[in-house]
Amino acid sequence: MVEQVRNLLERRVESPQELESRRQSILAERDSSQTCISVCGGTACRASGAEAVVDAFIDTIERRELQVQVSLKETGCHGFCERGPLVVIEPKKVFYQRVQPEDVEEIIEETILGGRIVERLLYVDPTTDKTITYEPDVPFYQKQTRTIFGANGQIDPTNIEDYIAAGGYSALAKALFQMSPDKIIEEVKKSGLRGRGGGGFATGRKWQSCREAKGDVKYVICNADEGDPGAYQDRSLLEGNPHSVLEGMIIGAYAIGSRRGYIYVRNEYPLAVEHARIAIEQAMDYGLLGKNILGSGFDFTVTINKGGGAFVCGESSALMASLEGKVGEPKAKYVHMSEKGLWDNPSLLNNVKTWANVPLIINKGADWYAKIGTAGSKGTMIFSLVGNIVNTGLVEVPMGITLRDMIFDIGGGIPDGKKFKAVQTGGPSGGCIPEKYLDTPVDFDELTKLGSMMGSGGMIVMDEDTCMVDVARYFIEFLKGESCGKCTPCREGINRMSEILSNITQGKGKPEDLDTLQDLAGVLSAGALCALGQTAANPVLSTIRYFKDEYLAHINDKKCPAGVCRELIQFSIDADKCEGCLRCLRECPTGAISGQKRQAHTINQDMCIKCGACYDVCKFNAVLKR
Amino acid sequence: MAKVWINGETSVEVKHAEGVNAVHLTVDDKDIVVSGGQTILQAVERMPGIGNIPALCYHPAVKPYGACRICTVEVSEDGGSKFKFVAACLYPVKEGLIVKTQTEKIKKLRKGIIELLLARCPNVKRVQELAKEYGVEKPRFVLGDQDCILCGLCVRACQEIIGKSAISLVNRGIYKEVAAPFYAYELSGDCIGCGDCAFVCPTGAIEMGPDGKPVLPKVKIPYAEIEAMMKKETVPPS
Repeated sequence: MVEQVRNLLERRVESPQELESRRQSILAERDSSQTCISVCGGTACRASGAEAVVDAFIDTIERRELQVQVSLKETGCHGFCERGPLVVIEPKKVFYQRVQPEDVEEIIEETILGGRIVERLLYVDPTTDKTITYEPDVPFYQKQTRTIFGANGQIDPTNIEDYIAAGGYSALAKALFQMSPDKIIEEVKKSGLRGRGGGGFATGRKWQSCREAKGDVKYVICNADEGDPGAYQDRSLLEGNPHSVLEGMIIGAYAIGSRRGYIYVRNEYPLAVEHARIAIEQAMDYGLLGKNILGSGFDFTVTINKGGGAFVCGESSALMASLEGKVGEPKAKYVHMSEKGLWDNPSLLNNVKTWANVPLIINKGADWYAKIGTAGSKGTMIFSLVGNIVNTGLVEVPMGITLRDMIFDIGGGIPDGKKFKAVQTGGPSGGCIPEKYLDTPVDFDELTKLGSMMGSGGMIVMDEDTCMVDVARYFIEFLKGESCGKCTPCREGINRMSEILSNITQGKGKPEDLDTLQDLAGVLSAGALCALGQTAANPVLSTIRYFKDEYLAHINDKKCPAGVCRELIQFSIDADKCEGCLRCLRECPTGAISGQKRQAHTINQDMCIKCGACYDVCKFNAVLKR
Repeated sequence: MAKVWINGETSVEVKHAEGVNAVHLTVDDKDIVVSGGQTILQAVERMPGIGNIPALCYHPAVKPYGACRICTVEVSEDGGSKFKFVAACLYPVKEGLIVKTQTEKIKKLRKGIIELLLARCPNVKRVQELAKEYGVEKPRFVLGDQDCILCGLCVRACQEIIGKSAISLVNRGIYKEVAAPFYAYELSGDCIGCGDCAFVCPTGAIEMGPDGKPVLPKVKIPYAEIEAMMKKETVPPS
């Protein structure tokens, strides 16, 4: 017991000077030339088996008694999820991809002990066919600016010393001891930082209004209720570098005069919840949270609140209702949440990425920060690049990069030599942007001009085989399930849009449907209570705007040009190409295909359920989809 | 009693509008003075002949909720250069606020909302009246057969006035409905059968049953789906 208390007291950092000396002693203890195997433990890599790889490494290292020479580290998401599980061998940063447990023995034998490279695990750039040995040389990383996300792949998120060693909490020390709250807010304002959750509201202004708001009790909230299909950057940041988010929150709390903070994170993100919990515990132990932070006299605590997974709870007023223990329904925000939010007290809510930007701005200065990005959107943004793209993963780029650079240079383009068709940005409330706007610089204002939005940074790439009507239907269907149902336009309007779009994709569309959709979109954007409803029509409006001919083909010709909408396509067999191999005949689940060996087969349309099994198995491209 | 001026000439005697807390508004081009601390809808409602703001989910006895959106108006805070849509039942009056209650945009929006409500509840008299007023003939959508417009007045009255919270809005989106906890009064025993919910309901969707308990509206189309879902998810007691 006495021992425990002594340990705890020893861990507490009492001043900024002690923080710096602690950092030096951590660095001194660590030999930077020592071999360290770092395995990506992000969600995507775990899904492809990273945990088994870690276990295999532990096993092998113990069995061969290499604990002294080699250390092992499980880090947060590196971002190159397409190639997971990823293993990087420090200090040289040898980069192995798609590593499986059976490769571990060889890595230890060859690379760790023999100093040789295991060629077959190296990454080969598909565009240049070049084999890449070291992580910094991977083109996917080279074209990024990883100011927030960079540390993710280097630190163990469950060890605060890793974060401190990398200079963590020095921004907090600077803020507490060298800056007044007003100076901090001034700095954030000057940096031009805008909210990364989707709204793009000026962060500094929000902080100021919360500081000026009357009230003894104020709250600081981190919105980690990310719920867009295909987006996982907030999750990865909270999983991989929770202390950077915490540090931002503490600085924000000091700036507005708050003593209590919440992280609202969805329960479906167990790893993010766990890592945030560990981070809070460790920060408490180190005196970076709790009473008298770093000896400054400032007190602040953070509590995790697990959300039930409603998409609408990412909306600030619904999130706060949920935090209060009520049903997660939005309310009107005619009085800003920064003045009257959680339990009617001034509340400062920011997205995970926004908070993670704060230590950077404090440390490097607003002028440095404002140099990155465009006139209206400063800094970098983390996007999740998913869909029909070669390099699926998380990318951090400066604002103002073009969509083309992001999709083709970093993302590696469209797989299987297919053509690009559209990119959906900003999640379900964003819009689909066609090829002719690929050279648009990506920032808050430019994307809005195109009828889409930045949102939380989702980026779903679609190839030529995508039906845009079906895409619109998908997103509306998603929002139909996620609408809270409080206000009429959102509840009824989205439901009716969904009905109309389903009809169109089933060949039951009517010429007047497009007008009805546009009318409904007007009702939603002007009448809905919260941003979910107000922006819900974006996927429909943007697809009508850029792909109207596809809608018309569905409605007038009852055809789906992309061959996606089942009711509008027909499978048939090209008798000239059919070799009569019986493969499709055997594969067909309904027995709709008939024919003799070495004779052309035929499909009975009445029995065909359009599952496409015949199309997939035919080796001679004899099955036609029209 | 205080005097309220309309266009600086006509004056109307109104009970509220205290001089100390007076706020100047322009509603549909008429300058008026009202007392602060209230919403646009409250202010306009007490001014005969000024503005025309319909409302369905509003009731003076309970807190405003902002669900039906039929009271949406256009307001400008900067003297008329920029207008935005707001719900009049929730938006607080402010000095110099310009309010427009009858613009073409507003009429079109209300028409759109009424069309959606009429498609959901084609048999509700109050909705039919509004449809007539705003020129909605036949909704372009498949008609439902519900009586409840989900204004939440019954729930709010039960909670705020009776202090019982015997009923609540459950589920979300199109599946939202008014229900007692776990769909059964007997489980919570909170309902005292006062009939407040039936009284306050603007559509007559709630009636008092022979057992003295209100018969709640059911979401008729998807309810079967929900029931099936609930059955499937019910874990047998171990």
